[in-house]
Amino acid sequence: MSMGQHISHRFDEDIEAVTSKVLMMGGVVHQQVERAVSALLTCDRVLAEKVIADDVKVNTLDVKIDEMCNRIIVTRQPTATDLRLVMAIIKATNDLERMGDEAKRIARQAIDISKRGVLPELFESIEQMAVRVKEMLNKSLDAFARKDIDAAFTVIGLDKKVDKDYENLTRQQITHMMEDPRKIHASMDLLWSARALERIGDRSCNICEYVIYLVQGKDVRHIDYKELEEHME
Amino acid sequence: MNNMMEVQNLSFTYKGAAEPSLKGISLPIQKNKVTALIGPSGCGKSTLLRGMNRIHDLYPGHQYDGAIQLLNKDGESYTDILSLKKEAEMIRLRQRVGMIFQKPTPFPMTIHENIAYGLKLSGVKKKADIEEIVEKSLRDAALWTEVKERLGHDARGLSGGQQQRLCIARAIALKPEVILFDEPTSALDPISTLAIEEMISVLREDYSICIVTHNMQQAARISDYTGFMYLGEMIEFDQTDTIFMQPSVKQTEDYISGRFG
Repeated sequence: MSMGQHISHRFDEDIEAVTSKVLMMGGVVHQQVERAVSALLTCDRVLAEKVIADDVKVNTLDVKIDEMCNRIIVTRQPTATDLRLVMAIIKATNDLERMGDEAKRIARQAIDISKRGVLPELFESIEQMAVRVKEMLNKSLDAFARKDIDAAFTVIGLDKKVDKDYENLTRQQITHMMEDPRKIHASMDLLWSARALERIGDRSCNICEYVIYLVQGKDVRHIDYKELEEHME
Repeated sequence: MNNMMEVQNLSFTYKGAAEPSLKGISLPIQKNKVTALIGPSGCGKSTLLRGMNRIHDLYPGHQYDGAIQLLNKDGESYTDILSLKKEAEMIRLRQRVGMIFQKPTPFPMTIHENIAYGLKLSGVKKKADIEEIVEKSLRDAALWTEVKERLGHDARGLSGGQQQRLCIARAIALKPEVILFDEPTSALDPISTLAIEEMISVLREDYSICIVTHNMQQAARISDYTGFMYLGEMIEFDQTDTIFMQPSVKQTEDYISGRFG
């Protein structure tokens, strides 16, 4: 999508500034997720505590971006693509902020697990899921930066795999919990973390839906994957 | 018959001009809807508006092509207003299709006389009838409560916004079917502008309205349909929401989002 230069350079600058802030926020959230998962897998309490403390960075960016969007709306009254961009940014920022909260949740589980000192069975199985979710988040930010709807569509397709991972992991842990009730606590911690990852995947999909909305002007939320596939064709 | 007017493939050349100012314009003016025309200066939107009640023809020699159909009183058939020739027909046309200009143009008379004057010319004789229409027009133009105590005062003592509403009252006193607004609020402060916009949204219930405006948020706020014009052509005509949120022509998008040229 090619947007010509605005007659007011300030407007282009404002839009660029807020877009790069969103990408910066995405970068911080990605790092938070990565560290949280790493803290979980290595039972690293110090790192987990850092993740919890750093959530304030995400929140600060959230507030800052909202302010910037408010300013653009009040001073520029954006229309058409500009309007959709501002809308998409406001919504994407909200999702990123919530992903930050999910990372914090994983960090809390990491602390709980390390406090109790009991590891759940098949602890590593969450790693594969984490890799996929991080990929989704990364690619959704890429799609947003490049306004690339094909990339956005691909990410939405990945969500099925993550859902499958989550389902498998739940089934395995239920089995282990039945076999050894002493590990129920540990399994629950793991499942909470997996649940958080699964939510991060969902929110990455949301961002991709905003990208499609931004580029095509079509709202593709609340339609199933098959409908979306038809639409993309 | 949802269309009060239909402009069909209209071209218009000013007297002595080498190039036409309008090139094959078509659009409907729907009944009881507000239609906005937007576009950069010189795109022909005011020229189009002024063609719609043939106010151009106050000075002869301009050339029209195509047709401008106006729904007849029977509500079924149309008359091409470009076929009108007699002076009486023109006067009748301008009663049916009234126009409000950018700058308020009150007559140098009292507030009351500003409205009564046109009524008397159009043959309303009975004093009681005139009083009734004057009050109703001022009420419809949302001016009555502000001026009812001073109907005998000179109209030029009113504020700009009030003068503009007086002009609207004067136009609707003659019971037009279509009202054409040529940038009615560009000389007014924001509060008077909102008062006029509010009034237009009420007037829509009884009249069909076409408005030319440079204020795009105004077009987005008050109109049902919007036409974007450029260099004498209608680039895009659609529902207002579509034009402002998801226009299909790139030129329209560039214009409304400030990326023109």
